[in-house]
Amino acid sequence: MLTIKNLQADVEEKNILKGLSLDVKPGEIHAIMGPNGSGKSTLGYVLSGREGYQVSGGSAELNGENILELEADERAKKGLFLAFQYPVEIPGVSNMEFLKASVDATREYQGKEALDTVSFMKLAREKCKAVNLDPSFLKRGVNEGFSGGEKKRNEIMQMMLLEPSLCILDETDSGLDIDALQVVADGVNACRDENRSFIIVTHYQRLLDYIVPDKVHVLSDGKIIKSGDKSLALELEEKGYSWIEKE
Amino acid sequence: MSDVIDEYVKTEYEAGFVTDVDSETIAPGLSEDVIRFISAKKNEPDWLLEWRLKAYKAWLEMDEPEWAHLNYPKVNLDEVSFYSAPKSMENAPKSLDEVDPELIATYNKLGIPLHEQEVLAGVAVDIVFDSVSIATTFKEKLAEAGVVFCPISEAVHSHPELVKKYLGSVVPQKDNYFAALNCAVFSDGSFVYIPKGVRCPMELSTYFRINEANTGQFERTLIIADEASHVSYLEGCTAPMRDENQLHAAVVELVCLDDAEIKYSTVQNWYPGDENGLGGIYNFVTKRGVCHTNAKISWTQVETGSAITWKYPSVILRGDNSIGEFYSVALTRNFQQADTGTKMIHLGKNTKSTIISKGISAGKSSNAYRGLVRMSPRADGARNFTQCDSLLIGDQCAAHTFPYIESKHPNAIIEHEATTSKVSDDQLFLCLQRGIETEKAVSMIVNGFCKEVFKELPMEFAVEAGKLLEVSLEGSVG
Repeated sequence: MLTIKNLQADVEEKNILKGLSLDVKPGEIHAIMGPNGSGKSTLGYVLSGREGYQVSGGSAELNGENILELEADERAKKGLFLAFQYPVEIPGVSNMEFLKASVDATREYQGKEALDTVSFMKLAREKCKAVNLDPSFLKRGVNEGFSGGEKKRNEIMQMMLLEPSLCILDETDSGLDIDALQVVADGVNACRDENRSFIIVTHYQRLLDYIVPDKVHVLSDGKIIKSGDKSLALELEEKGYSWIEKE
Repeated sequence: MSDVIDEYVKTEYEAGFVTDVDSETIAPGLSEDVIRFISAKKNEPDWLLEWRLKAYKAWLEMDEPEWAHLNYPKVNLDEVSFYSAPKSMENAPKSLDEVDPELIATYNKLGIPLHEQEVLAGVAVDIVFDSVSIATTFKEKLAEAGVVFCPISEAVHSHPELVKKYLGSVVPQKDNYFAALNCAVFSDGSFVYIPKGVRCPMELSTYFRINEANTGQFERTLIIADEASHVSYLEGCTAPMRDENQLHAAVVELVCLDDAEIKYSTVQNWYPGDENGLGGIYNFVTKRGVCHTNAKISWTQVETGSAITWKYPSVILRGDNSIGEFYSVALTRNFQQADTGTKMIHLGKNTKSTIISKGISAGKSSNAYRGLVRMSPRADGARNFTQCDSLLIGDQCAAHTFPYIESKHPNAIIEHEATTSKVSDDQLFLCLQRGIETEKAVSMIVNGFCKEVFKELPMEFAVEAGKLLEVSLEGSVG
């Protein structure tokens, strides 16, 4: 699925990722934890091809293909999905219009048949229901006036619609109350599939009570310094990050 | 992210070709003789010649205004020709079959078929080429409803009483420098009269085209909606690409009598100049309407063209309970400059006005909104709502807002909201990450920004306007 080898990346000429390696197999859920400034969000942006994030070394292959040379929209269409920590508003562009453009572009790229408007709307309404969003949200501007929790559920709804092969959730749990957290987790769990993998970036182990990871990694100063199973997250919760950094 | 958008900055101006017709164009420069020549060409009655000369004398005493947020070398009027007409129009063709095929081909190329069977269903079109009107479609069908829709030069002869009564009644000869110039030299334009109680059976549209080099276009439009009538009117404009600047100084007057309604939409796509700021139309336009009791005037404009735009479609709310609306999208890119907005003059009681202005600036352009809301001492219960939003694309453009509010009535309500935003890297990245390409993403974001205005356009043209914006944006973002 995803193989990252010795990945190095700079932001504004500052070296952030310093040789990160990660191997995610189909169907696996990997959690990435780590202190502030360790490069967690940078990893998501580098993989998804955001402008301003310069790769200075290493490689990243998605399904055997080097993705680092591709444009951001091509990576997305090849099945890489990033759920944003702070989803941005696009006033006046309806969620429906946005999602249709997104799904159309993706399906066309993947050589799938285009969905007609009626089937698309039906599908979109279904997915809304799955994340407990009222279908009226489809008519509103993208994230316009949504609460924090609604924005995050909107992200998960998009993920469900696009059916990506690799989903990166960038601190999707931040700012969520316990009910919204449950909804998000249910959405992710419903999407679990033997061919779909997840990278879940989080500060807290709380989310991992609901989404049980296969592996947990600790990212510190641009490198993965420790990997383990779910129990590592609990240990971190108890002891903080400093004990590993000292090791 | 702006580097990415930079790649999309090359678009051709699609309407920029020149039609090769043999034209009669008078020598450049302005004098009484030129005015007499124009008037004689159109076989005008004496009163109109006198009217023109009076305007000319007033104009000689006036100075070009300098208060607008615009920076441009003044047009040397000694180098401008004030009249140009295709020779084939010398003996006015009686039907479309007699119109020079070269001219018909021009409009076909611009996507405006003149033959009625091909015309957009339900839209009558008057076509103005340089200084003359070359064709008006659906005249007979309109006549059945009693609607008059013809070149103003024709109306001078066929409806002299109406022209004499209303010409200059909304925009007086001495109103401003460009309006006075127009009064002196106006060549052609459209005339519309909707009789009492008639709802015009189709959209009316005028299409303006400047073709000849070194000429100015000075069209004059007069629309009279008699009591309880209704009309929706649209104008469109294009010009060839030329390196020198060309002057366009039009005047539009709307007379909206008791209980009548006029909806006036403009899609302005004059040649904006090239990417280095060379050439382009100087668009200095005076548009104003007067509303009598319970009348309503609605201006909707989508402005993407012209090197310089100086334009403030206004409404004088003279009658009680009258309504004025102004919906505007102005897009500037490269070195375009726009200073545009509206004036809402509330004279009557319970008058209402709404102003929605959306300015989009890209490239090195400058886009200013300038609007006046005035509540007179007798405008009891008057209300205005203004919303003025600016969207910046890239970091070398500018947006300005100059609202003027004058209230002389204690219970008048005036609301003003203004925002400035940028097409942000975050928005673009969200779109890209969802598989939507940059170009499509920018166009989607900008269309979303303009949505409130587009929904005011007549249906056929809302699509057109969206496309025009998309085409203009391809070349604009950076």
